[in-house]
Amino acid sequence: MPVIESVLVANRGEIARRVIRTASRMGLRTVAVYSEADAGSLHVREADSAVLLGPAPAADSYLDVAAVLQAAASTGVQSVHPGYGFLSESADFARAVQAAGLVWVGPDPEAIEQMGDKVNARNLMQDAGVPVAAGTREPVADLEAATASAHHIGYPVMVKAVAGGGGIGMSVAWDDAALAAALQTARSRAQRFFADPRVLLERYLEHARHVEVQILGLADGRVIALGERDCSVQRRHQKVAEESPSPGVGPELRQALMAAAVRAGQAVGYRGAGTVECLVDPRAQSFVFLEMNTRLQVEHPVTEMVTGIDLVEAQIRIAFGQGPGFDPDAVRFSGHALEMRVYAEDPHRFLPGPGLVTAWQEPVGPGVRVDAGYHRGDTVTAHYDPLMAKLVVHGADRVEALERAAAAVANFTITGPKCNLPFFTELLASEEFIAGTYDTGLVDRMRTPPRASSG
Amino acid sequence: MVANVWKVVVGAGDTVSEGDTLVILESMKMEIPVLAEHAGTVAEVAVAEGDVVQEGDILVVLESA
Repeated sequence: MPVIESVLVANRGEIARRVIRTASRMGLRTVAVYSEADAGSLHVREADSAVLLGPAPAADSYLDVAAVLQAAASTGVQSVHPGYGFLSESADFARAVQAAGLVWVGPDPEAIEQMGDKVNARNLMQDAGVPVAAGTREPVADLEAATASAHHIGYPVMVKAVAGGGGIGMSVAWDDAALAAALQTARSRAQRFFADPRVLLERYLEHARHVEVQILGLADGRVIALGERDCSVQRRHQKVAEESPSPGVGPELRQALMAAAVRAGQAVGYRGAGTVECLVDPRAQSFVFLEMNTRLQVEHPVTEMVTGIDLVEAQIRIAFGQGPGFDPDAVRFSGHALEMRVYAEDPHRFLPGPGLVTAWQEPVGPGVRVDAGYHRGDTVTAHYDPLMAKLVVHGADRVEALERAAAAVANFTITGPKCNLPFFTELLASEEFIAGTYDTGLVDRMRTPPRASSG
Repeated sequence: MVANVWKVVVGAGDTVSEGDTLVILESMKMEIPVLAEHAGTVAEVAVAEGDVVQEGDILVVLESA
């Protein structure tokens, strides 16, 4: 087995710092890459060396495969860690890294491709005995076929684009008349936005919780599950806060989720860190597979805090064919963890607002961890997503975690860009959130839609 | 706040319900749907895909039902 010596982190901001931190602790040489907009960034300063990729726009820098590979070649690194977003789920990039003789810190490109196609992923999971939402195994041919399927599946149904994502082009239908309209809307949206009019139907779960399982595919071929995360606190279908364990998951459901996630990983011969996302019906304590993410997730610290495992270290070791750095048969879960995504957006309507950071004071204390992408003097620009930092808090139980979280939020000062910290003060005071009985409709219920102003 | 007009979903003359998506903006890698605040008919679409818009700019003019 080769000695692990160096790694290039093909990313920016908080996740680049996070990977560099672990790699440095492991004694590895680290290389950062950056765009012109990020020349003074923390991740650039903290790596052993850094290579400029190009101008600010992601397409000209962080997404420029040739530039990233050139950076790897010129610095003589052994491996590439893609972080999340950007090229992390590009099978082509993974192949290019491997073709260049480098170690790809991630799963096989084939696994990335298999899970990237929604219909394929669903069918693969179903064949592997993982529950999927009742739905069509193929795109619907016409209204007649759609109506027949809807009756078979049972209303309400969601019509979604086969090639789509991110909540775009999805509509819910509660009866045959609504289905006809939803089908037409979804098809034209799908054609318009994804240049592919194919749609499928799925049973729609109205009060669902988004619960995902962290898996690790070990170098010896075993797949293990490291607990679940509840990610139902969302705005615009994007996660804002996550916690582990999920307050909506009982012990039996937890076992079933873990087992299914392991089967999902085994079905694609998964290697490295991955996440199996599911929708849970809290009343029925049942679940269905939604999709699998073939990379490290933003919210991975929540799992790290309850297991004591460094997932980035595990990723790197597994990629080099080693054991994960901990005993997979002795994993212990302890306490409760909550992550809050601190975004450069206003706390009321969640609209983005970049800018120069004029003050940045992080909270400290027992169980508090901050993964920050910016400090005072840095500029949050409009070129990248608005995540400024992740505030992660651990406690002996959920009550202590929430208490520590409220204190940490109160002691976190950021001025300059818009900042959503006040939203978390609200969240932590929300009865529904405190009770732990919330679902993906929580943030919408916390907000009344904006009214048109006069004049 | 500055954003790009990513997609124009409705056209002049369209009937919309409250909550329907009129336009989708893009800013900081996020898609931000602009929703109809009441039911009505689209009188005018004031922007085109690719336009850069600021807070306060008119995107769509809706006539109440």
